Amino acid sequence: MTWHSLTTWWWPYLFILLAGWLPTDIWRFLGVLIGGRVSEDSEALVAVRAVATALVAGVIAQLVLYPSGALAESALSLRLAAAAAGFCGYLYLGRRVIVGVLIGEAILVAGLLL
Amino acid sequence: MMKRPPPGGLFLEGRSSWVYRLCMADSGPSLPVESRTKLSWFLSGAALTGSIPALILMTAHVGFAGFASENGLPMIQAAFMVAAIWALPANIVLIGAIAGDYSIVAAAIAVGLSSIRLMPMVAAFVPEIRGPNTRRISLLLLSHFIAITAWVIGMERLKNVPAEMRVVFFAGIGITLTTANTLVVALVYLLSASFPPLVFACLFFLTPMYFLASLWGSARDRSIHVAMVSGLILFPAIHAVAPAYDLLLTGAIGGLVTMAYVRWSKGRAAT
Repeated sequence: MTWHSLTTWWWPYLFILLAGWLPTDIWRFLGVLIGGRVSEDSEALVAVRAVATALVAGVIAQLVLYPSGALAESALSLRLAAAAAGFCGYLYLGRRVIVGVLIGEAILVAGLLL
Repeated sequence: MMKRPPPGGLFLEGRSSWVYRLCMADSGPSLPVESRTKLSWFLSGAALTGSIPALILMTAHVGFAGFASENGLPMIQAAFMVAAIWALPANIVLIGAIAGDYSIVAAAIAVGLSSIRLMPMVAAFVPEIRGPNTRRISLLLLSHFIAITAWVIGMERLKNVPAEMRVVFFAGIGITLTTANTLVVALVYLLSASFPPLVFACLFFLTPMYFLASLWGSARDRSIHVAMVSGLILFPAIHAVAPAYDLLLTGAIGGLVTMAYVRWSKGRAAT
């Protein structure tokens, strides 16, 4: 059974629910059940938070190193330089997120135009 | 005399503490805590839809709408996907699976792998959002709205919200953010907005740039910074070896590295 198997109007929605919603929300529900068992300042919570943070950092690395769509055509070195400069700008210019974002974007645009 | 390190961690040490307090002052709600109703807290959460992270997420959804329509998905189905799944990476994986004519089971497995990260994220989020009388069913229902942006916003802001108001406050953020982005996708279709590739490249770059800065800023102790740096370094190394499990292994090994650091720094503090 693929996306194109049935031509009824409801099939795409059922496909999205079974292949998209279910395998996504099931992890959220499991997370609630696990999170309900760890106490506020236990070592287990520190560990769960560490795994979650490392995963989010992994997603960031993925978006910069192996992007999809229009960004995929830009040079890897440009994306790395823009991300590094933006992050340094965030750290050393008053820790404002918007500063980091603007510096990163400015370098990316400059690199793409030149 | 021992001074407590500032919660900002590594790079904030040495800065005067009033600078830090000044930075924190504008992130908290300003009205007196006791006098505020549930509705007022819900609306404060909803108002964050106008905040910079939320606007960045919307631009990412503009990019997603472009990607979905390029792959021939009709407007209603693309909007339905955003509301029902509410995780951008899972959406992109699902569209890839549709375009590749995967079977429904194979598509579900691919999406499930990309969404496992939500489990530890939600588990870490529950203690932040839980109040004294929070029912599990409200947490289960609200968990649908937890994705990276709402997670980062919540980790940053929930500690400034009274415990019994956190659930409504987060409901305000989550429900409004999801609705707004569903509408953004529909709107891009309706306007059949198309942009030059340069604009799309910038839109796609906003998300990692924003997460990079805000994840660092949301950390309240150094273990989070260790976890973040190990995740950033581990991901490309693991991707080269085991691309199918890169995110999972990054989470697991990054977590182990961080716990080793926590043990080591505790041991050092004890001696």
